[in-house]
Amino acid sequence: MFLFLFSAFAWTFRPPARIRLIIYHVRSIGVDSLSVVLLSGVFTGMVMGLQGYYSLRKFNAESFLGSAVALSLLRELGPVLSAFMVTGRTGSAMAAELGSMKVTEQIDALYSMAINPIQYLVSPRIIAGLISMPLLTAIFDVVGIYGAYLIGVGLLGVSSGSYFAGMESSVVFHDVWSGLLKSVSFGLIITWVCCYKGFNAPPMATGVGQATTESVVLCFVLILVWDYFMTSIML
Amino acid sequence: MIKVVDLHKTFGGQAVLKGINLELETGKVTTIIGGSGSGKTVLLKHLNALLLPDRGSVLADGKDLTKLGERALNEVRQKFGVLFQGAALLDSMTLYDNVAFPLREKTEMSESDIRKRVEERLAQVGLAGMGYKYPAEVSGGMKKRAGLARALAMEPEIVLFDEPTTGLDPLLGRSIHQLIRKMHATFGFTGVIVSHDIPEVFKISDRIAMLANGIIEEFGTTQEFLASQNPIVRQFLQQDAEGPLAVL
Repeated sequence: MFLFLFSAFAWTFRPPARIRLIIYHVRSIGVDSLSVVLLSGVFTGMVMGLQGYYSLRKFNAESFLGSAVALSLLRELGPVLSAFMVTGRTGSAMAAELGSMKVTEQIDALYSMAINPIQYLVSPRIIAGLISMPLLTAIFDVVGIYGAYLIGVGLLGVSSGSYFAGMESSVVFHDVWSGLLKSVSFGLIITWVCCYKGFNAPPMATGVGQATTESVVLCFVLILVWDYFMTSIML
Repeated sequence: MIKVVDLHKTFGGQAVLKGINLELETGKVTTIIGGSGSGKTVLLKHLNALLLPDRGSVLADGKDLTKLGERALNEVRQKFGVLFQGAALLDSMTLYDNVAFPLREKTEMSESDIRKRVEERLAQVGLAGMGYKYPAEVSGGMKKRAGLARALAMEPEIVLFDEPTTGLDPLLGRSIHQLIRKMHATFGFTGVIVSHDIPEVFKISDRIAMLANGIIEEFGTTQEFLASQNPIVRQFLQQDAEGPLAVL
């Protein structure tokens, strides 16, 4: 698996540059995942607003709702949940597409045309994953914060000023970039694992399904494990 | 000329090729026949190094493909065209883009020259005006023809055909054979066909090799092959379930 990743990076820097393919996959990973990220972001924020408000009210600390929501989203929930969404929405499709190409000899066809399939199929997807994931995470964070605002301020009566003032006083730049850095690494994990599993799908009817399932499960596990290590390093 | 020397290949402990020796003459069409699972496709995939042997070598233009680095191997591969069993068209592209793909990737041709070449190839295989369709929108026979157009797009010196008529009805199978014969007459490539479509495939072959038990049991011109007294060849030609060749 590591050799596969190394090979994909090595091919990234060899001509021809696959700019059009990278743009295509940024659209495929980024734009096509946007609706699911928006929807999950806003509802995650709304749940956090609801839960956060009733938890904080026990300590008469409702005014900290903004900072609690923002810190949770920026540091953890934004990167992790948006990575889960992209894994389910795009990663699985990626594994299935490459698996299907393997089973139907399309990857062999590329080799036979003297085109390296790693360079043509994998490298652009990995670069696109590195670009798309932090953008999707940033969008998830913003809509999550406004989702919590909608519930906390709009429904439960927390003052708008204290919601944003609490956020402003507690959130530092480190919180933002640590979350975005995580999301970049998750983008790598998703594209790497899903491409690898698709590329190595067993050549049989159930092979594509097996590759898809394995890629999603492995992505989820690796994202959580890697999240723990990154958090412990960056705290 | 392509020369296969003492080729061995094993998958999961099962020896599929046990010392293949074969010489494929330039400009001729050689057909490799044999039963299902005899290793025909495995042998074919060694000819342009899609598979690498455990032992032995494949020489094309005097170069041992099994020892070449990626760059040198790619240079040799550009001399090959391959028609895969299921055509292996890239399903995210139209038939036109599939045929244009190797030209865009591997040549400096202008888009207008590419258009001219692609339309010519599509017309030669009877798919004029069908280039806008996606592989999922056309029949198996049309896919094979588009695959042939792509295989011939770069005007290769050697074309490999992996079971070109499998899955097609007899009439369509015959039309694909006629198309291969026509294309061979037009381009003069060295052809290697893997097939068990007998006797139809004999009509388009100059040489026949029979693969059985991991080795080449018989090799010769079509006439020599048909006259062979090798009991395995006789059994295969007579399509007899009983004989030295284990069927089940």
